Amino acid sequence: MKLLRLQIGAELRILARNGEQLLLILGIPMLLLAFFSNVEILPTGGQESVDFLLPGIIALAVMSTSMVSLGIATGFERSYSVLKRLGATPLGTWRLVLAKAVSVLVIEIVQVILLIAMATAFGADLTSLHLGKLVAAITLGTMGFSGIGLSLAGRLRGEINLAAQNALYLVLLLIGGVVFPLQELPTALHWIGRISPSGALADVMRDVFSGSSLHGASSLAVLLCWAVVGQLTAIKLFRWS
Amino acid sequence: MSSATRSQHEGVSVSQLVIAYGSTKAVDHVSFQALPGRVTVILGPNGAGKTSTIEACEGFTTATSGTIRVLGLDPSTQRKQLNERMGVMLQDGGIYPSSRVGELVAQYCALYGNKIDAASLVAQVGLASVSATTYRRLSGGEKQRLSLALALAAQPDVIFLDEPTSGIDVNGRDLVRSIIRDLRQRGCCVVVATHELDEAERIADDVLIFHRGTIVAAGTLEELRAGREEIRFTSQSLVDTQSLATTLGFAVEQTRQNEYTVAGTSDARVIVQLTDWAKANNVNIGDIGAGSQRLDEVFRRLTAEAKS
Repeated sequence: MKLLRLQIGAELRILARNGEQLLLILGIPMLLLAFFSNVEILPTGGQESVDFLLPGIIALAVMSTSMVSLGIATGFERSYSVLKRLGATPLGTWRLVLAKAVSVLVIEIVQVILLIAMATAFGADLTSLHLGKLVAAITLGTMGFSGIGLSLAGRLRGEINLAAQNALYLVLLLIGGVVFPLQELPTALHWIGRISPSGALADVMRDVFSGSSLHGASSLAVLLCWAVVGQLTAIKLFRWS
Repeated sequence: MSSATRSQHEGVSVSQLVIAYGSTKAVDHVSFQALPGRVTVILGPNGAGKTSTIEACEGFTTATSGTIRVLGLDPSTQRKQLNERMGVMLQDGGIYPSSRVGELVAQYCALYGNKIDAASLVAQVGLASVSATTYRRLSGGEKQRLSLALALAAQPDVIFLDEPTSGIDVNGRDLVRSIIRDLRQRGCCVVVATHELDEAERIADDVLIFHRGTIVAAGTLEELRAGREEIRFTSQSLVDTQSLATTLGFAVEQTRQNEYTVAGTSDARVIVQLTDWAKANNVNIGDIGAGSQRLDEVFRRLTAEAKS
């Protein structure tokens, strides 16, 4: 545990020093929320824009921070031989993978607090917010997406990793119903979306903020599966050099 | 355990190592031993197989065939145990640009269970004054010394140093040599890969010369130089090496600009013949020296022989 704590600290220090990256991670979802909450161009089905957007924006933030940002940053670490150097220490693969996941989880908690604060300022209705489910969804989503991001970064060469992270992000964004409900997709895609990590996360997020149990435990179970499979795959596939 | 058995178990032992990338063999049936309490220098031009061999010993590259034991452990299957006792200095640093010197050394010392005090280690490598500086702002020599500090954080029983003095100024080199001497003195097995022959000559106990994936020579410096006497001299004017060789009865060759060697002898009588020939031919010669071949000459000869 000591080595894990140590590495989490090191990961957070590196993240905190990469000001530009941090600004993008925190800034883009806030900018999207601010823009689309105030410029009513999205079909919201009668809901207030901010209420419609908040669950999807949080899901999008979790995806982009824990998969794309982490995956690309890890790719850079490979190109600087940082991973190779760490590979010759007693740290071990599982601690590195978990430390990276936990460090992005910390950033996401800050991110979600900022997003909720901003949404509140825009008049969001948070009376039905289920905090426990929100924490569970963010934690499981982070574990799943960071596992996917690190699986790619742990195997692929720098340029291919960069392209793969972005391409996968786009696919998951489209099939996951992050910006629109999954029910609006064709049936086949709807079911693929439902078992995708992005679809499950978006479903849980809508439940979290609407107070409904439309998707019940099934989406959380899907997220749990992705969290376990993602982390194990990342540990299995990860290469130091 | 006898000292011979201990040496076998606590150093590096490589037997019939083959590393192939597709159809290309980067390392071809290489065998050697590096012993504790000695500095083994791996010499070779780029692409000779030095880095592949070292990376296989560190556990980063999988051997196609052959066996490797480092401190008696198999690096591919017992890496965890090995990492706790092994120091590694990478040629390309392996440090994130925004990492601060003091923090990073402290992190690495903690990863190894704080066997060594981080502040002392920073001071030992001469970086105390830049302890709060980020890696990207360090000079080339400071970067190398930081990389060395990370390798020392393990308080290692075996240490692999890849080009440890590359880009380091004279004072920095003295410091690195002094650290290597200390490591050797406390019984650490030191393996250094370099292409800097002068540096190798200063620090090596044992030398392995790699060329095209094989070892073309191995032994102590004395063994490699044995029977390789020569007379060296300089001349600002061009020397007719054929005429001089005929006069002396030994081969003469130009080794560098204005530098010549008479191979195979260090006899004072030949030196007298040489100065007589120079006078008679109006050739100004200077800096005459005699003795064993320098390592760079040994290296040049062996790699040329391997080519032919």
